[in-house]
Amino acid sequence: MSEGIGASVQRKEDKKFLTGKGRYTDDINRAGQVYAHFVRSDIAHANIKSINTKVAAEASGVVAVYTGEDIDVGGPICGWVVPNRDGSATHEPPHPLLAKGKVRFVGDAVAVVIAESLQEAKSASELVEVDYDELPAVVNLETASSGAEIHEGMAENRYFDWELGDEEATDNALNSASRVVKLTVRNNRLVPNPMEPRSALAEYDELNDSYTLYTTSQSPHLTRLVLAAFMFQIPESKIRVVAPDVGGGFGAKIYVYVEEAVCTWASKKIKRPIKWTADRTQAFLTDAHGRDHINNIQLALDSNNKITGLRVDTLANLGGYLSAFAVAVPTYLHGTLLSGLYDIPAIYTNVKGYATTTTPVDAYRGAGRPEATYLLERVMDQAAREVGMDQAEFRRLNFIPKDAFPYQTAVALQYDIGDYEPALDKAMEMIDYKNFENRRSEASKRGKYRGIGVSSYIEACGIAPSAVAGALGGRVGGWESASVRVDPTGTITVTTGAHSHGQGHATTFAQIVTERLGVPNSSVELVHGDSDRSPFGMGTYGSRSLAVGGVAISKAIDKIVEKSKKIAAHLMEASADDVEFKDGKFTVAGTDKETAFGDVALAAYVPHNYPLETLEPGLEETAFYDPMNFTYPAGTHIAEVEVDPATGVVEIVDWAACDDFGNLINPMIVEGQVHGGIAQGIGQALLENAHYDENGQLLTASYMDYCMPRADDLPSFKVGYTNTPCTHNDLGVKGCGEAGAIASPPALINAIINALSPLGVTDMSMPATPQKVWKAIQDSQSVAAE
Amino acid sequence: MEIKDSYELPLSKERVWAALNDEEFLKNSIPWCEKLERRSETELAAEVKLKIGPMSTRFTGSITLSDIDPPNGYTITGSGKGGIAGAASGSAKVKLVEDKDTSSTILSYEVSAQVKGKIAQLGSRLIQSTAKKLSKNFFGSFVKQLEDMDKP
Repeated sequence: MSEGIGASVQRKEDKKFLTGKGRYTDDINRAGQVYAHFVRSDIAHANIKSINTKVAAEASGVVAVYTGEDIDVGGPICGWVVPNRDGSATHEPPHPLLAKGKVRFVGDAVAVVIAESLQEAKSASELVEVDYDELPAVVNLETASSGAEIHEGMAENRYFDWELGDEEATDNALNSASRVVKLTVRNNRLVPNPMEPRSALAEYDELNDSYTLYTTSQSPHLTRLVLAAFMFQIPESKIRVVAPDVGGGFGAKIYVYVEEAVCTWASKKIKRPIKWTADRTQAFLTDAHGRDHINNIQLALDSNNKITGLRVDTLANLGGYLSAFAVAVPTYLHGTLLSGLYDIPAIYTNVKGYATTTTPVDAYRGAGRPEATYLLERVMDQAAREVGMDQAEFRRLNFIPKDAFPYQTAVALQYDIGDYEPALDKAMEMIDYKNFENRRSEASKRGKYRGIGVSSYIEACGIAPSAVAGALGGRVGGWESASVRVDPTGTITVTTGAHSHGQGHATTFAQIVTERLGVPNSSVELVHGDSDRSPFGMGTYGSRSLAVGGVAISKAIDKIVEKSKKIAAHLMEASADDVEFKDGKFTVAGTDKETAFGDVALAAYVPHNYPLETLEPGLEETAFYDPMNFTYPAGTHIAEVEVDPATGVVEIVDWAACDDFGNLINPMIVEGQVHGGIAQGIGQALLENAHYDENGQLLTASYMDYCMPRADDLPSFKVGYTNTPCTHNDLGVKGCGEAGAIASPPALINAIINALSPLGVTDMSMPATPQKVWKAIQDSQSVAAE
Repeated sequence: MEIKDSYELPLSKERVWAALNDEEFLKNSIPWCEKLERRSETELAAEVKLKIGPMSTRFTGSITLSDIDPPNGYTITGSGKGGIAGAASGSAKVKLVEDKDTSSTILSYEVSAQVKGKIAQLGSRLIQSTAKKLSKNFFGSFVKQLEDMDKP
């Protein structure tokens, strides 16, 4: 069927987005609405001596001014914790909604001014006088442990000190190795930059003593749960959270931030709807940042160049407060992926998470897996160079063989299925790997250094089996919900707990329904993003929407089909066991009897001829699906670059991506996700970097200083697939949202090092700016001259 | 942030020193200075309007003079608040050395400055060039004023 699974159906949602008709939080206005503006610290670390709000409170248009002292509800909570090596627990310092006594990063909210207009709120916020007693900023991750104390009683500014794997076996492997490859890499700090900044509109209903919060959320049900149960401690049913159209999230919109909570809290105080929308500077300062790790890597090889062990010691910068999933990202989303797609008998990792006086750091597209892939693929390249093997062949030698699945890694995960060589071979063929050296010499005649870089990655998607998440320190479940309602006229309404903010769920989820029920794609409507309209669900992150949410839809359809067969059996005067359903028609085996899906739907709601004594009327089913395991997309990306030695500019001349996402529902949307992911990975590798000065001032807080990738920075991508369908979900799907951002940074950096390796260059840090590349070339030439 | 520079002024060290301690003279040398008032022997209050990159803002602050060593130099320490634009603070060591051969004075200064808030977020890369431009303007009009005074 042309609109079912596997068809590149055009995105239903694009008409409204491309014509500017999307309805975002900031587009919504309520009668009597007022505006909030936050007074933020412009000092990274200070004690607050006093806050004077008197003048501001009397300014034109001001309705209320609040500080931390006025707030009587709790702040953001930590959604995942891990045990320390010594058995103690993760340190979870309080995070007040508005700073109390102390500020811990530039942008920390100190007070809120609520006024009749945004302009009046902004003007009055200048009149709030905060007297600070400045403390030394803590910016450098490597020396954070000896910096000024950020949270009272938290020794060495360390939130946690976690380990995974067999240290003794790993150290034995390193000690008995024929070669140990050592490398230190830094995963640069990124600002997520969704196109739509965060926004909130909170309204209090005095008659029902209830709140409605419209907000930019990837997980409206979780926002509701956290606000009600943990912050406000009121019945969950008294809060409705609506996340309407949301313009991108990339992880940054998973969490409950202080701003939407303060607006919700204050809406009851002043009994008027309150709107807040971040401007771009506030987005830079307060959206949870991504990455920021330093990894010390040791890889043990035997005399046949097979990997025998891997040790990784990681420092993770988590910023001034512990964000909701900050602890999970460098630990269970990172340490568990260190085997990559390689057969490594012994692995050990230690991760120390530190506080610094910078913006909190949390999940950003890939979340932990890009960091794991980056360090692994960098050290794989280094190892191949050291042993004098081709980079692709060295990887092939160490791949988990395809007959070894299910494969138990040395770091907790069990990969259900995979086959890595075909993806490597296909990517090599797509980029014409075998003729690369000819292209290198041709480029060299033009005065350019040409290089090729390989990155083979694996990721764990579809978070998570709840029992596993719980055992590892997660405080939420990993299931997803779906409800499928067949309307009397045969159209279908699907509600999901997943949230679409660019992923195209309205189209892909409808394709599942089309495939299974035989109704046209246009007859399927998706409802999501409203805690009052869809069953409780976990939201969208970690490439889980299809692998968990899509499978929940499929499970609900199973129930619809089962009930429909009973109705059809009654209509056709047959036994339900003999009824078959295919292409939207019910038939009775061995007869010419048939009835259409639409007739069954009508009978369910107009049950004049219906088995009412044994079957309820109506045709609506809900399913909750908790996966058995993660899904494991994997593949190989190969980048080809040319470096101009005169300017240090890196031009990406070719890119081949071959991914195994299992079955594809909509290949066009999958390709779009791959493109977007690679673009963000290229941004990290070449352009983007969040830079703080020594006083904790974010110097890259606008697009003048924070360089985002643009179309002309990107090549035309070659995208291909292999397919080993996931073994443990009904759709055989794995997830594709993050793969591009995970695979691409090491492919690109490896390509740049490969281009400059004839000069003796063996290292390049991200972002590989023209200045850095040019300097590496100059330094290598001065070394050569000596 | 550190800025270092020096200027050769065709004047005696004493003339330069006297001018450096005359707030009216200084104020006239700073076109963007809207107010400069002496509060005590070592303290001044200042109000300046500055344009840094996309931001135009008025700073109000105080200036303290220390390490006063007439006529060889002093240290100026200042901090100012620029409303929503943020804040700046810093100090400048000013030294005067007379060149006997040319009977001119070399004025050298070393500034260390810190900026906070929007100035840091939006304008940090413009500060160095802005500061250089401002000091060039300052010394240009400083010298011109002294020369004008010498004219009959």
